[in-house]
Amino acid sequence: MTRVLTLLGTKKGAFILESDAARKDWTLSGPFCETWPMNHVIADANSGTIYAGGGNEWFGPAVWASRDHGKTWTHSSKRLAYAEGKDPITTVWSLASGHGRLYAGVAPAGLFASDDGGETWAHVAGLQEHPTRKDWNPGGAGLILHSLVLHPEDARQMWIGISAVGVFHTDDGGATWQTRNTGTRCDFLPEDQRYPEFGQCVHCLVMAPGPSGRLYQQNHCGMYRSDDGGKSWQSIEAGLPSSFGFPAAVHPRDAETLYLIPLNGDSAGRYMPDAKAAAWRTRDGGATWQDKRAGLPQHNAYINVLRQALAVDRLEPVGVYFGTGSGEVYASADEGETWTRIAEHLPSISSVETLVIDA
Amino acid sequence: MSADVARAESEAVANTVKVRIAPHLARLFVDAPSLLDIEAATVHDLVAALDARWPGMRDRICDSRPAIRRHMNVFVDGRRATLATELRPGADVFILTAISGG
Repeated sequence: MTRVLTLLGTKKGAFILESDAARKDWTLSGPFCETWPMNHVIADANSGTIYAGGGNEWFGPAVWASRDHGKTWTHSSKRLAYAEGKDPITTVWSLASGHGRLYAGVAPAGLFASDDGGETWAHVAGLQEHPTRKDWNPGGAGLILHSLVLHPEDARQMWIGISAVGVFHTDDGGATWQTRNTGTRCDFLPEDQRYPEFGQCVHCLVMAPGPSGRLYQQNHCGMYRSDDGGKSWQSIEAGLPSSFGFPAAVHPRDAETLYLIPLNGDSAGRYMPDAKAAAWRTRDGGATWQDKRAGLPQHNAYINVLRQALAVDRLEPVGVYFGTGSGEVYASADEGETWTRIAEHLPSISSVETLVIDA
Repeated sequence: MSADVARAESEAVANTVKVRIAPHLARLFVDAPSLLDIEAATVHDLVAALDARWPGMRDRICDSRPAIRRHMNVFVDGRRATLATELRPGADVFILTAISGG
């Protein structure tokens, strides 16, 4: 029987929701990871190992791992550290697995890699040597490396997103990096300085499937797509209720289909517009947008969804999931047409990812 | 390693001390007790000895500056210690979490 796991990172540990291919009935397990705040919980699709990245105010940063789908966990931060004298790492913000390697983005912003499933780590130091490094400034959540996008075929290529610095790309395995922010705005700067080389507040970066290499970006200031590996970005925010939001999730087989959760702006409460919950979907790469509300609360829904808390699964039809800052999880088993609340009363949710285990 | 830690390491003599470990630190490591005797000359050496028995424990107590983590406390005979603090024979060492981190 196919098992579907929805992996949740929360302010008080990791949780797992489990269902079958119908994705109708769900059971919750957790909290895991000793209730440490977990910013990102992912699964390696090949091995099935679940990784949870986060940090604890007492004990510092670590990556937790479970090789039995959540039954038992270990943790490690061996060499997940900057050199002596540097500001210590406070927490792990993002994880990505691919090409036999596990990556961790941390705060203060930096990148680490593990070739042994998170047991030991090595600093990908090239990023710190970028000439812009001395001028990086934090966003509201700190100076965090929150988005990791691995090239599906070329292990040397990767895109990252740092708040509030922008997008970077490497094609040499992290030795050197290039800024990838042309066309993305900084509405918070004077009018004649709104398109700098870096300093953009990227919120979430995802890559579309297939050979197009298309990237989508939810930014603090707009929604964008790039068809040239991030060298240039085009706004696709027309038709959305707001240019502000945090997460983005792309359909696993259709590069034109993307899901967003727009919020009502950065200075108006940061909840869903008019306090009515909706996921927004495009089927044409951002040319047009549709609000999908069936089953979502439409009255007094002062809820938000953070940058890593929207995900899809790989089933047919695709399942779509989001977790809220107030501890609810909503799921759609029909590509966003209809929604059901599958969990509530959880701690504030930081991340949602999925793992499908075939029978 | 900081200069004062290095100096303390070179001059101090290892003694057997009694160590208490906060339960929510101990339970992060398989079979780690909440009370044990250990030989160490300084707090730095003590943490290294704990890390040798339960790999990774140093990272939970110390950061990479290196120093005892901001929201962790090590008390030696009732006084808040640093990594350089020397340990007398029979010293009472308590590793615990600070209220500020909770």
